[in-house]
Amino acid sequence: MAFFVEPLQYQFFVHGLVAALLVGSLCGLLGVYIVLRQMSYIGHGLSHAVFGGAVVSHLLGLNVYVGAGLWGFGAAVLIHRLTARRDLHADAAIGIVTTASFAVGVALMSRVHRFTQDFEAVLFGNVLGVSEHDLVLIAVVTGLTGLAVTALYKQLLFSAFDEAVAQVAGVPTRLVRLLFTFILALAILASMQVLGVTLIAATIVIPAATARLLTNSFSTMLVLSTTLGGVTALCGMYLSYYVDIASGASIVLFAALLFVGVLGVRRQS
Amino acid sequence: MSDALLALQCISAGYASQPVFADLDLRLTPGQFAALVGPTGGGKSTLLKLILGLLPCTRGSVYRLPQMTMGYVPQREMIDWRFPVTAEQVVRMGRYRHTSYWPWATRADRREVVALLDRLGLTPYAKRHISQLSGGQQQRVFLARALVARPQLLLLDEPTTGVDLKAQHDILHLLHELNRAGMTILLATHDLNTIASHVPWVICFQHGVIAQGPPETVFTPGILRRTYNADMVVLHQDDMTFIANRSLIHPHVAQQTTLAHRPRKVNDGVLR
Repeated sequence: MAFFVEPLQYQFFVHGLVAALLVGSLCGLLGVYIVLRQMSYIGHGLSHAVFGGAVVSHLLGLNVYVGAGLWGFGAAVLIHRLTARRDLHADAAIGIVTTASFAVGVALMSRVHRFTQDFEAVLFGNVLGVSEHDLVLIAVVTGLTGLAVTALYKQLLFSAFDEAVAQVAGVPTRLVRLLFTFILALAILASMQVLGVTLIAATIVIPAATARLLTNSFSTMLVLSTTLGGVTALCGMYLSYYVDIASGASIVLFAALLFVGVLGVRRQS
Repeated sequence: MSDALLALQCISAGYASQPVFADLDLRLTPGQFAALVGPTGGGKSTLLKLILGLLPCTRGSVYRLPQMTMGYVPQREMIDWRFPVTAEQVVRMGRYRHTSYWPWATRADRREVVALLDRLGLTPYAKRHISQLSGGQQQRVFLARALVARPQLLLLDEPTTGVDLKAQHDILHLLHELNRAGMTILLATHDLNTIASHVPWVICFQHGVIAQGPPETVFTPGILRRTYNADMVVLHQDDMTFIANRSLIHPHVAQQTTLAHRPRKVNDGVLR
Protein backbone atom coordinates (compact mmCIF):
# COMPACT_ATOMS: atom_id res chain seq x y z
CA MET A 1 0.00 0.00 0.00
CA ALA A 2 2.85 2.33 0.86
CA PHE A 3 4.03 1.81 -2.72
CA PHE A 4 0.97 3.68 -3.99
CA VAL A 5 0.57 6.18 -1.16
CA GLU A 6 4.14 7.43 -0.80
CA PRO A 7 4.32 9.50 -4.00
CA LEU A 8 0.92 11.06 -3.24
CA GLN A 9 2.45 13.23 -0.51
CA TYR A 10 3.87 15.41 -3.29
CA GLN A 11 1.46 17.92 -4.76
CA PHE A 12 3.19 17.89 -8.15
CA PHE A 13 2.78 14.11 -8.36
CA VAL A 14 -0.93 14.27 -7.52
CA HIS A 15 -1.44 16.92 -10.22
CA GLY A 16 0.53 14.82 -12.66
CA LEU A 17 -1.37 11.67 -11.75
CA VAL A 18 -4.79 13.29 -12.26
CA ALA A 19 -3.62 14.88 -15.52
CA ALA A 20 -2.20 11.58 -16.79
CA LEU A 21 -5.39 9.72 -15.86
CA LEU A 22 -7.57 12.23 -17.71
CA VAL A 23 -5.29 12.48 -20.73
CA GLY A 24 -4.81 8.71 -20.91
CA SER A 25 -8.57 8.10 -20.84
CA LEU A 26 -9.20 10.89 -23.36
CA CYS A 27 -6.61 9.56 -25.81
CA GLY A 28 -7.86 6.00 -25.29
CA LEU A 29 -11.42 7.06 -26.13
CA LEU A 30 -10.50 8.95 -29.30
CA GLY A 31 -8.03 6.23 -30.26
CA VAL A 32 -10.88 3.82 -30.98
CA TYR A 33 -12.05 5.94 -33.91
CA ILE A 34 -8.51 6.65 -35.05
CA VAL A 35 -7.55 2.96 -35.10
CA LEU A 36 -10.79 1.75 -36.66
CA ARG A 37 -10.70 4.40 -39.39
CA GLN A 38 -7.07 3.47 -40.01
CA MET A 39 -6.06 7.07 -39.33
CA SER A 40 -3.23 6.35 -36.90
CA TYR A 41 -0.90 8.47 -38.94
CA ILE A 42 -3.15 11.53 -38.59
CA GLY A 43 -2.92 11.33 -34.79
CA HIS A 44 0.83 11.27 -35.10
CA GLY A 45 0.89 14.02 -37.73
CA LEU A 46 -1.55 16.37 -36.00
CA SER A 47 0.37 16.26 -32.75
CA HIS A 48 3.46 17.36 -34.65
CA ALA A 49 1.55 20.03 -36.58
CA VAL A 50 0.26 21.51 -33.33
CA PHE A 51 3.86 22.11 -32.25
CA GLY A 52 4.41 24.54 -35.13
CA GLY A 53 1.30 26.45 -34.10
CA ALA A 54 2.41 26.60 -30.48
CA VAL A 55 5.78 28.14 -31.40
CA VAL A 56 4.27 30.65 -33.85
CA SER A 57 1.57 31.81 -31.41
CA HIS A 58 4.17 32.16 -28.64
CA LEU A 59 6.30 34.34 -30.90
CA LEU A 60 3.31 36.47 -31.86
CA GLY A 61 2.38 36.91 -28.21
CA LEU A 62 -0.90 35.00 -28.57
CA ASN A 63 -2.31 32.40 -26.21
CA VAL A 64 -0.30 29.26 -27.02
CA TYR A 65 -3.23 26.88 -26.50
CA VAL A 66 -5.64 28.84 -28.71
CA GLY A 67 -3.01 29.42 -31.39
CA ALA A 68 -1.82 25.81 -31.43
CA GLY A 69 -5.41 24.54 -31.45
CA LEU A 70 -6.40 26.70 -34.40
CA TRP A 71 -3.20 25.77 -36.21
CA GLY A 72 -3.83 22.05 -35.64
CA PHE A 73 -7.42 22.34 -36.85
CA GLY A 74 -6.26 24.29 -39.91
CA ALA A 75 -3.66 21.60 -40.67
CA ALA A 76 -6.33 18.89 -40.39
CA VAL A 77 -8.69 20.75 -42.75
CA LEU A 78 -5.85 21.19 -45.22
CA ILE A 79 -5.10 17.44 -45.05
CA HIS A 80 -8.76 16.62 -45.72
CA ARG A 81 -8.85 18.97 -48.69
CA LEU A 82 -5.69 17.47 -50.14
CA THR A 83 -6.90 13.90 -49.68
CA ALA A 84 -10.16 14.77 -51.47
CA ARG A 85 -8.01 14.88 -54.60
CA ARG A 86 -7.72 11.46 -56.20
CA ASP A 87 -4.10 11.97 -57.19
CA LEU A 88 -2.80 12.29 -53.63
CA HIS A 89 -3.07 9.60 -50.96
CA ALA A 90 -3.85 10.49 -47.35
CA ASP A 91 -0.47 9.38 -46.01
CA ALA A 92 1.32 11.69 -48.45
CA ALA A 93 -0.96 14.64 -47.57
CA ILE A 94 -0.47 14.06 -43.83
CA GLY A 95 3.28 13.68 -44.29
CA ILE A 96 3.59 16.94 -46.21
CA VAL A 97 1.32 19.16 -44.09
CA THR A 98 2.32 17.97 -40.65
CA THR A 99 6.07 17.67 -41.09
CA ALA A 100 6.16 21.07 -42.78
CA SER A 101 4.22 22.47 -39.84
CA PHE A 102 6.56 20.79 -37.34
CA ALA A 103 9.52 22.12 -39.31
CA VAL A 104 8.15 25.68 -38.93
CA GLY A 105 8.28 25.21 -35.17
CA VAL A 106 11.79 23.72 -35.19
CA ALA A 107 13.09 26.44 -37.54
CA LEU A 108 11.70 29.25 -35.38
CA MET A 109 13.01 27.58 -32.22
CA SER A 110 16.49 27.31 -33.65
CA ARG A 111 16.35 30.94 -34.78
CA VAL A 112 15.02 32.39 -31.52
CA HIS A 113 16.77 30.65 -28.64
CA ARG A 114 15.05 32.38 -25.74
CA PHE A 115 12.18 29.95 -25.32
CA THR A 116 13.92 26.67 -26.12
CA GLN A 117 13.52 25.34 -22.58
CA ASP A 118 9.73 26.07 -22.44
CA PHE A 119 9.18 24.15 -25.61
CA GLU A 120 11.10 21.09 -24.50
CA ALA A 121 8.05 20.32 -22.37
CA VAL A 122 5.83 20.66 -25.44
CA LEU A 123 8.08 18.30 -27.37
CA PHE A 124 8.67 15.63 -24.75
CA GLY A 125 6.08 16.37 -22.04
CA ASN A 126 6.51 17.43 -18.45
CA VAL A 127 3.74 15.90 -16.42
CA LEU A 128 5.33 17.00 -13.17
CA GLY A 129 5.05 20.62 -14.21
CA VAL A 130 1.26 20.46 -14.60
CA SER A 131 -0.37 23.47 -12.96
CA GLU A 132 -3.92 23.74 -11.61
CA HIS A 133 -4.76 25.82 -14.66
CA ASP A 134 -3.58 22.96 -16.89
CA LEU A 135 -5.63 20.50 -14.87
CA VAL A 136 -8.80 22.54 -15.36
CA LEU A 137 -8.15 22.77 -19.10
CA ILE A 138 -7.54 19.01 -19.38
CA ALA A 139 -10.66 18.24 -17.32
CA VAL A 140 -12.83 20.53 -19.46
CA VAL A 141 -11.52 19.07 -22.74
CA THR A 142 -11.95 15.51 -21.41
CA GLY A 143 -15.51 16.25 -20.29
CA LEU A 144 -16.46 17.95 -23.58
CA THR A 145 -14.91 15.12 -25.59
CA GLY A 146 -16.81 12.53 -23.58
CA LEU A 147 -20.06 14.42 -24.17
CA ALA A 148 -19.38 14.91 -27.89
CA VAL A 149 -18.45 11.27 -28.47
CA THR A 150 -21.59 10.13 -26.62
CA ALA A 151 -23.84 12.56 -28.50
CA LEU A 152 -22.32 11.62 -31.85
CA TYR A 153 -22.09 7.90 -31.09
CA LYS A 154 -24.31 6.73 -33.97
CA GLN A 155 -22.86 9.14 -36.49
CA LEU A 156 -19.27 8.31 -35.56
CA LEU A 157 -19.89 4.57 -35.56
CA PHE A 158 -21.71 4.55 -38.92
CA SER A 159 -19.24 6.82 -40.69
CA ALA A 160 -16.22 4.99 -39.22
CA PHE A 161 -17.59 1.67 -40.45
CA ASP A 162 -18.93 2.64 -43.86
CA GLU A 163 -18.70 6.32 -44.76
CA ALA A 164 -20.38 6.08 -48.18
CA VAL A 165 -23.44 4.23 -46.93
CA ALA A 166 -23.60 6.48 -43.88
CA GLN A 167 -23.81 9.47 -46.23
CA VAL A 168 -26.60 7.80 -48.22
CA ALA A 169 -28.43 7.10 -44.95
CA GLY A 170 -28.33 10.81 -44.08
CA VAL A 171 -25.32 11.06 -41.77
CA PRO A 172 -23.58 14.41 -42.40
CA THR A 173 -20.27 12.59 -42.82
CA ARG A 174 -18.19 15.60 -43.80
CA LEU A 175 -19.37 17.57 -40.78
CA VAL A 176 -18.82 14.56 -38.51
CA ARG A 177 -15.26 14.19 -39.83
CA LEU A 178 -14.56 17.90 -39.28
CA LEU A 179 -16.01 17.81 -35.77
CA PHE A 180 -13.95 14.76 -34.92
CA THR A 181 -10.82 16.42 -36.23
CA PHE A 182 -11.60 19.49 -34.11
CA ILE A 183 -12.06 17.29 -31.03
CA LEU A 184 -8.81 15.47 -31.82
CA ALA A 185 -6.93 18.76 -32.15
CA LEU A 186 -8.34 19.86 -28.77
CA ALA A 187 -7.35 16.56 -27.17
CA ILE A 188 -3.82 16.82 -28.53
CA LEU A 189 -3.62 20.33 -27.19
CA ALA A 190 -4.74 19.25 -23.73
CA SER A 191 -2.30 16.32 -23.76
CA MET A 192 0.67 18.32 -25.00
CA GLN A 193 1.95 19.39 -21.57
CA VAL A 194 1.58 15.89 -20.12
CA LEU A 195 2.92 13.68 -22.89
CA GLY A 196 4.67 15.93 -25.37
CA VAL A 197 3.85 16.07 -29.07
CA THR A 198 6.30 13.29 -29.87
CA LEU A 199 4.51 10.73 -27.67
CA ILE A 200 0.81 11.65 -27.94
CA ALA A 201 0.22 9.46 -30.99
CA ALA A 202 1.30 6.36 -29.09
CA THR A 203 -1.17 6.99 -26.27
CA ILE A 204 -3.92 7.44 -28.83
CA VAL A 205 -3.16 4.29 -30.80
CA ILE A 206 -1.84 1.68 -28.32
CA PRO A 207 -4.79 1.38 -25.86
CA ALA A 208 -7.27 1.17 -28.75
CA ALA A 209 -5.17 -1.45 -30.55
CA THR A 210 -4.93 -3.46 -27.32
CA ALA A 211 -8.69 -3.17 -26.75
CA ARG A 212 -9.35 -4.36 -30.30
CA LEU A 213 -7.42 -7.54 -29.53
CA LEU A 214 -9.70 -8.18 -26.55
CA THR A 215 -13.17 -7.63 -28.02
CA ASN A 216 -15.30 -7.88 -31.14
CA SER A 217 -17.82 -5.33 -29.88
CA PHE A 218 -17.55 -1.64 -30.70
CA SER A 219 -19.14 -0.37 -27.47
CA THR A 220 -16.98 -2.70 -25.35
CA MET A 221 -13.93 -1.53 -27.27
CA LEU A 222 -14.77 2.09 -26.39
CA VAL A 223 -15.02 1.27 -22.67
CA LEU A 224 -11.94 -0.98 -22.70
CA SER A 225 -9.75 1.47 -24.60
CA THR A 226 -10.73 4.39 -22.34
CA THR A 227 -10.05 2.28 -19.25
CA LEU A 228 -6.75 0.93 -20.59
CA GLY A 229 -5.68 4.46 -21.50
CA GLY A 230 -6.36 5.65 -17.94
CA VAL A 231 -4.83 2.61 -16.23
CA THR A 232 -1.65 2.58 -18.31
CA ALA A 233 -1.23 6.31 -17.62
CA LEU A 234 -1.50 5.70 -13.87
CA CYS A 235 0.89 2.74 -13.98
CA GLY A 236 3.27 4.71 -16.18
CA MET A 237 3.30 7.56 -13.65
CA TYR A 238 4.29 5.23 -10.79
CA LEU A 239 6.90 3.61 -13.03
CA SER A 240 8.25 7.07 -13.81
CA TYR A 241 8.41 7.95 -10.09
CA TYR A 242 10.19 4.81 -8.94
CA VAL A 243 12.51 4.21 -11.91
CA ASP A 244 13.15 7.92 -12.39
CA ILE A 245 12.47 8.15 -16.11
CA ALA A 246 10.45 10.69 -18.15
CA SER A 247 6.76 10.22 -17.40
CA GLY A 248 5.55 10.46 -21.03
CA ALA A 249 7.99 7.73 -22.04
CA SER A 250 7.09 5.47 -19.12
CA ILE A 251 3.35 5.77 -19.93
CA VAL A 252 3.96 4.83 -23.56
CA LEU A 253 6.34 2.00 -22.64
CA PHE A 254 3.86 0.56 -20.14
CA ALA A 255 1.06 0.70 -22.75
CA ALA A 256 3.32 -0.97 -25.34
CA LEU A 257 4.26 -3.69 -22.87
CA LEU A 258 0.59 -4.38 -22.18
CA PHE A 259 -0.11 -4.57 -25.91
CA VAL A 260 2.69 -7.10 -26.41
CA GLY A 261 1.42 -9.15 -23.43
CA VAL A 262 -2.16 -9.24 -24.76
CA LEU A 263 -0.91 -10.08 -28.25
CA GLY A 264 1.15 -12.97 -26.80
CA VAL A 265 -1.81 -14.34 -24.82
CA ARG A 266 -4.10 -14.04 -27.86
CA ARG A 267 -1.63 -15.92 -30.06
CA GLN A 268 -1.38 -18.75 -27.55
CA SER A 269 -5.14 -19.09 -27.10
CA MET B 1 -40.20 12.53 -66.34
CA SER B 2 -43.43 12.55 -64.30
CA ASP B 3 -43.66 8.75 -64.15
CA ALA B 4 -39.94 8.25 -63.48
CA LEU B 5 -38.50 7.43 -60.10
CA LEU B 6 -35.09 8.47 -61.35
CA ALA B 7 -33.99 10.12 -64.59
CA LEU B 8 -30.47 10.96 -65.71
CA GLN B 9 -30.33 13.43 -68.58
CA CYS B 10 -27.23 14.05 -70.64
CA ILE B 11 -25.03 13.19 -67.68
CA SER B 12 -21.25 13.35 -67.69
CA ALA B 13 -19.30 12.23 -64.64
CA GLY B 14 -15.89 11.03 -63.57
CA TYR B 15 -12.97 11.60 -61.24
CA ALA B 16 -10.70 14.64 -61.43
CA SER B 17 -9.68 14.94 -65.08
CA GLN B 18 -10.76 11.39 -66.00
CA PRO B 19 -14.33 11.26 -67.35
CA VAL B 20 -15.95 7.85 -66.82
CA PHE B 21 -18.97 8.46 -69.03
CA ALA B 22 -20.51 11.31 -71.00
CA ASP B 23 -23.95 12.30 -72.31
CA LEU B 24 -25.67 9.47 -70.49
CA ASP B 25 -29.46 9.15 -70.47
CA LEU B 26 -31.13 6.65 -68.19
CA ARG B 27 -34.45 6.39 -66.40
CA LEU B 28 -35.94 4.04 -63.86
CA THR B 29 -39.67 3.74 -63.33
CA PRO B 30 -41.33 2.70 -60.06
CA GLY B 31 -41.37 -1.08 -59.66
CA GLN B 32 -38.63 -1.73 -62.20
CA PHE B 33 -36.10 -4.52 -61.55
CA ALA B 34 -32.98 -3.92 -63.63
CA ALA B 35 -29.42 -5.17 -63.81
CA LEU B 36 -26.50 -3.06 -64.90
CA VAL B 37 -23.98 -5.35 -66.58
CA GLY B 38 -20.60 -4.60 -68.00
CA PRO B 39 -16.89 -5.16 -67.60
CA THR B 40 -14.89 -4.22 -64.53
CA GLY B 41 -13.83 -0.59 -64.85
CA GLY B 42 -16.70 0.18 -67.22
CA GLY B 43 -18.30 2.70 -64.86
CA LYS B 44 -21.06 0.64 -63.19
CA SER B 45 -20.06 1.54 -59.62
CA THR B 46 -19.49 5.16 -60.66
CA LEU B 47 -23.04 5.29 -62.04
CA LEU B 48 -24.43 3.87 -58.79
CA LYS B 49 -22.48 6.50 -56.81
CA LEU B 50 -23.86 9.21 -59.05
CA ILE B 51 -27.43 8.01 -58.53
CA LEU B 52 -26.82 7.87 -54.76
CA GLY B 53 -25.50 11.42 -54.73
CA LEU B 54 -22.03 10.33 -53.61
CA LEU B 55 -20.46 11.69 -56.80
CA PRO B 56 -21.43 14.95 -58.51
CA CYS B 57 -22.03 15.06 -62.25
CA THR B 58 -19.87 17.40 -64.30
CA ARG B 59 -22.72 18.00 -66.77
CA GLY B 60 -26.40 17.19 -67.15
CA SER B 61 -29.13 16.75 -64.57
CA VAL B 62 -30.27 14.06 -62.17
CA TYR B 63 -33.97 13.87 -61.37
CA ARG B 64 -35.01 11.94 -58.28
CA LEU B 65 -38.66 11.65 -57.29
CA PRO B 66 -39.12 14.14 -54.43
CA GLN B 67 -38.77 12.51 -50.99
CA MET B 68 -37.51 9.31 -52.61
CA THR B 69 -35.56 7.13 -50.17
CA MET B 70 -32.65 5.00 -51.36
CA GLY B 71 -30.92 1.96 -49.92
CA TYR B 72 -27.44 0.88 -50.93
CA VAL B 73 -25.61 -2.43 -50.61
CA PRO B 74 -21.93 -1.81 -51.41
CA GLN B 75 -19.44 -4.30 -52.81
CA ARG B 76 -18.23 -6.80 -50.21
CA GLU B 77 -14.64 -5.76 -50.80
CA MET B 78 -15.47 -2.24 -49.59
CA ILE B 79 -16.28 -3.54 -46.10
CA ASP B 80 -13.70 -3.61 -43.32
CA TRP B 81 -14.35 -7.13 -42.03
CA ARG B 82 -12.14 -6.56 -38.98
CA PHE B 83 -14.36 -3.73 -37.70
CA PRO B 84 -15.78 -4.77 -34.31
CA VAL B 85 -19.50 -5.01 -35.06
CA THR B 86 -22.03 -7.82 -34.94
CA ALA B 87 -24.61 -8.58 -37.63
CA GLU B 88 -27.32 -6.98 -35.49
CA GLN B 89 -25.31 -3.78 -34.97
CA VAL B 90 -24.74 -3.46 -38.72
CA VAL B 91 -28.46 -3.77 -39.44
CA ARG B 92 -29.24 -1.25 -36.69
CA MET B 93 -27.06 1.35 -38.45
CA GLY B 94 -29.61 1.37 -41.27
CA ARG B 95 -32.23 2.79 -38.87
CA TYR B 96 -30.34 6.09 -38.75
CA ARG B 97 -33.06 8.18 -40.41
CA HIS B 98 -35.84 6.68 -38.31
CA THR B 99 -34.26 6.54 -34.89
CA SER B 100 -34.14 9.03 -32.03
CA TYR B 101 -31.18 11.30 -31.37
CA TRP B 102 -30.10 9.29 -28.29
CA PRO B 103 -27.04 7.11 -28.75
CA TRP B 104 -28.84 3.94 -27.71
CA ALA B 105 -31.33 1.92 -29.78
CA THR B 106 -35.01 2.58 -29.13
CA ARG B 107 -37.62 -0.13 -28.65
CA ALA B 108 -38.86 0.53 -32.20
CA ASP B 109 -35.30 0.13 -33.55
CA ARG B 110 -34.91 -3.21 -31.83
CA ARG B 111 -38.33 -4.42 -33.00
CA GLU B 112 -37.64 -3.49 -36.64
CA VAL B 113 -34.16 -5.01 -36.62
CA VAL B 114 -35.32 -8.26 -34.98
CA ALA B 115 -38.19 -8.59 -37.49
CA LEU B 116 -35.90 -8.06 -40.47
CA LEU B 117 -33.21 -10.42 -39.17
CA ASP B 118 -35.93 -13.02 -38.74
CA ARG B 119 -37.33 -12.42 -42.24
CA LEU B 120 -33.89 -12.88 -43.79
CA GLY B 121 -33.11 -15.97 -41.72
CA LEU B 122 -30.36 -14.22 -39.79
CA THR B 123 -31.70 -14.51 -36.24
CA PRO B 124 -29.24 -17.28 -35.20
CA TYR B 125 -26.33 -15.12 -36.38
CA ALA B 126 -27.44 -11.78 -34.94
CA LYS B 127 -24.79 -11.66 -32.22
CA ARG B 128 -21.95 -12.95 -34.39
CA HIS B 129 -19.10 -10.75 -35.55
CA ILE B 130 -19.49 -9.99 -39.26
CA SER B 131 -16.29 -11.84 -40.17
CA GLN B 132 -17.69 -15.03 -38.63
CA LEU B 133 -20.52 -15.23 -41.18
CA SER B 134 -20.52 -16.99 -44.55
CA GLY B 135 -20.45 -14.91 -47.74
CA GLY B 136 -24.19 -15.35 -48.27
CA GLN B 137 -25.00 -14.43 -44.66
CA GLN B 138 -22.78 -11.36 -44.89
CA GLN B 139 -24.54 -10.23 -48.04
CA ARG B 140 -27.94 -10.69 -46.38
CA VAL B 141 -26.79 -8.64 -43.38
CA PHE B 142 -25.90 -5.71 -45.64
CA LEU B 143 -29.13 -6.17 -47.56
CA ALA B 144 -30.96 -6.06 -44.22
CA ARG B 145 -29.18 -2.81 -43.32
CA ALA B 146 -30.43 -1.25 -46.54
CA LEU B 147 -33.96 -2.65 -46.15
CA VAL B 148 -34.44 -1.57 -42.55
CA ALA B 149 -34.63 2.03 -43.84
CA ARG B 150 -37.57 0.96 -46.10
CA PRO B 151 -36.12 2.39 -49.33
CA GLN B 152 -38.14 2.99 -52.49
CA LEU B 153 -35.08 2.44 -54.65
CA LEU B 154 -32.59 -0.27 -53.74
CA LEU B 155 -29.14 -0.18 -55.34
CA LEU B 156 -26.78 -3.13 -55.04
CA ASP B 157 -23.17 -3.33 -56.20
CA GLU B 158 -22.12 -6.89 -57.12
CA PRO B 159 -24.50 -8.58 -54.67
CA THR B 160 -23.76 -12.10 -55.95
CA THR B 161 -19.98 -11.85 -56.09
CA GLY B 162 -18.08 -14.03 -53.63
CA VAL B 163 -21.08 -16.08 -52.55
CA ASP B 164 -21.94 -19.70 -53.43
CA LEU B 165 -24.62 -20.70 -55.95
CA LYS B 166 -27.29 -21.39 -53.34
CA ALA B 167 -26.68 -18.01 -51.68
CA GLN B 168 -26.81 -16.32 -55.11
CA HIS B 169 -30.17 -17.93 -55.76
CA ASP B 170 -31.47 -16.98 -52.29
CA ILE B 171 -30.41 -13.35 -52.71
CA LEU B 172 -32.01 -13.02 -56.14
CA HIS B 173 -35.17 -14.78 -54.91
CA LEU B 174 -35.37 -12.29 -52.07
CA LEU B 175 -34.87 -9.38 -54.47
CA HIS B 176 -37.73 -10.73 -56.59
CA GLU B 177 -39.97 -10.81 -53.53
CA LEU B 178 -39.05 -7.23 -52.69
CA ASN B 179 -39.68 -6.16 -56.26
CA ARG B 180 -43.08 -7.86 -56.28
CA ALA B 181 -43.87 -5.89 -53.13
CA GLY B 182 -43.21 -2.68 -55.09
CA MET B 183 -39.56 -1.88 -54.52
CA THR B 184 -37.53 -0.57 -57.46
CA ILE B 185 -34.21 -2.38 -57.76
CA LEU B 186 -31.05 -1.68 -59.72
CA LEU B 187 -28.11 -4.01 -59.28
CA ALA B 188 -24.68 -3.81 -60.85
CA THR B 189 -22.98 -7.08 -61.69
CA HIS B 190 -20.63 -8.82 -64.06
CA ASP B 191 -22.29 -12.18 -63.44
CA LEU B 192 -24.20 -12.49 -66.72
CA ASN B 193 -25.48 -16.05 -66.27
CA THR B 194 -27.20 -15.39 -62.97
CA ILE B 195 -28.76 -12.22 -64.31
CA ALA B 196 -29.92 -13.83 -67.55
CA SER B 197 -32.25 -16.16 -65.70
CA HIS B 198 -33.35 -13.91 -62.84
CA VAL B 199 -33.64 -10.26 -63.83
CA PRO B 200 -36.32 -9.00 -66.25
CA TRP B 201 -34.48 -5.91 -67.54
CA VAL B 202 -30.80 -5.61 -68.43
CA ILE B 203 -28.74 -2.49 -69.11
CA CYS B 204 -25.47 -3.26 -70.90
CA PHE B 205 -23.01 -0.61 -69.79
CA GLN B 206 -19.50 0.37 -70.69
CA HIS B 207 -18.78 4.08 -70.27
CA GLY B 208 -22.39 4.57 -71.37
CA VAL B 209 -25.49 2.56 -72.14
CA ILE B 210 -24.77 0.12 -75.01
CA ALA B 211 -28.26 -1.44 -75.02
CA GLN B 212 -31.12 -2.18 -72.67
CA GLY B 213 -34.12 -4.47 -72.62
CA PRO B 214 -35.20 -7.97 -71.56
CA PRO B 215 -32.26 -10.44 -71.36
CA GLU B 216 -33.38 -12.44 -74.41
CA THR B 217 -33.18 -9.35 -76.63
CA VAL B 218 -30.07 -7.80 -75.09
CA PHE B 219 -27.88 -10.86 -74.64
CA THR B 220 -26.73 -11.24 -78.22
CA PRO B 221 -23.10 -11.76 -79.25
CA GLY B 222 -23.11 -8.42 -81.03
CA ILE B 223 -24.24 -6.37 -78.03
CA LEU B 224 -22.05 -8.37 -75.64
CA ARG B 225 -19.03 -7.88 -77.89
CA ARG B 226 -19.60 -4.11 -77.82
CA THR B 227 -20.07 -4.20 -74.05
CA TYR B 228 -17.12 -6.44 -73.14
CA ASN B 229 -14.83 -6.01 -76.16
CA ALA B 230 -14.68 -9.82 -76.33
CA ASP B 231 -16.31 -12.64 -78.30
CA MET B 232 -19.11 -14.14 -76.25
CA VAL B 233 -20.99 -17.38 -76.83
CA VAL B 234 -24.72 -17.31 -76.00
CA LEU B 235 -26.52 -20.62 -75.46
CA HIS B 236 -30.26 -20.99 -74.91
CA GLN B 237 -31.39 -24.29 -73.39
CA ASP B 238 -34.71 -25.13 -71.68
CA ASP B 239 -35.68 -21.45 -71.29
CA MET B 240 -32.31 -20.71 -69.75
CA THR B 241 -29.51 -18.59 -71.17
CA PHE B 242 -25.81 -19.31 -70.73
CA ILE B 243 -23.11 -16.86 -71.68
CA ALA B 244 -19.37 -17.45 -71.80
CA ASN B 245 -16.32 -15.70 -73.11
CA ARG B 246 -15.30 -17.72 -76.17
CA SER B 247 -11.59 -17.29 -75.49
CA LEU B 248 -11.98 -18.84 -72.02
CA ILE B 249 -13.79 -22.00 -73.17
CA HIS B 250 -11.59 -25.05 -73.70
CA PRO B 251 -12.24 -26.29 -77.27
CA HIS B 252 -12.94 -29.83 -76.01
CA VAL B 253 -15.53 -28.59 -73.49
CA ALA B 254 -17.13 -26.34 -76.06
CA GLN B 255 -17.48 -29.30 -78.43
CA GLN B 256 -18.94 -31.55 -75.71
CA THR B 257 -21.44 -28.89 -74.71
CA THR B 258 -22.51 -28.39 -78.28
CA LEU B 259 -22.97 -32.13 -78.83
CA ALA B 260 -24.80 -32.74 -75.56
CA HIS B 261 -27.38 -30.01 -76.06
CA ARG B 262 -27.56 -30.21 -79.85
CA PRO B 263 -28.01 -26.45 -80.16
CA ARG B 264 -28.97 -24.89 -83.44
CA LYS B 265 -27.14 -21.82 -84.70
CA VAL B 266 -29.62 -19.12 -85.65
CA ASN B 267 -27.88 -15.81 -86.11
CA ASP B 268 -24.67 -13.97 -85.41
CA GLY B 269 -23.30 -16.74 -83.21
CA VAL B 270 -26.40 -17.24 -81.06
CA LEU B 271 -26.97 -20.96 -80.52
CA ARG B 272 -30.47 -22.25 -79.82
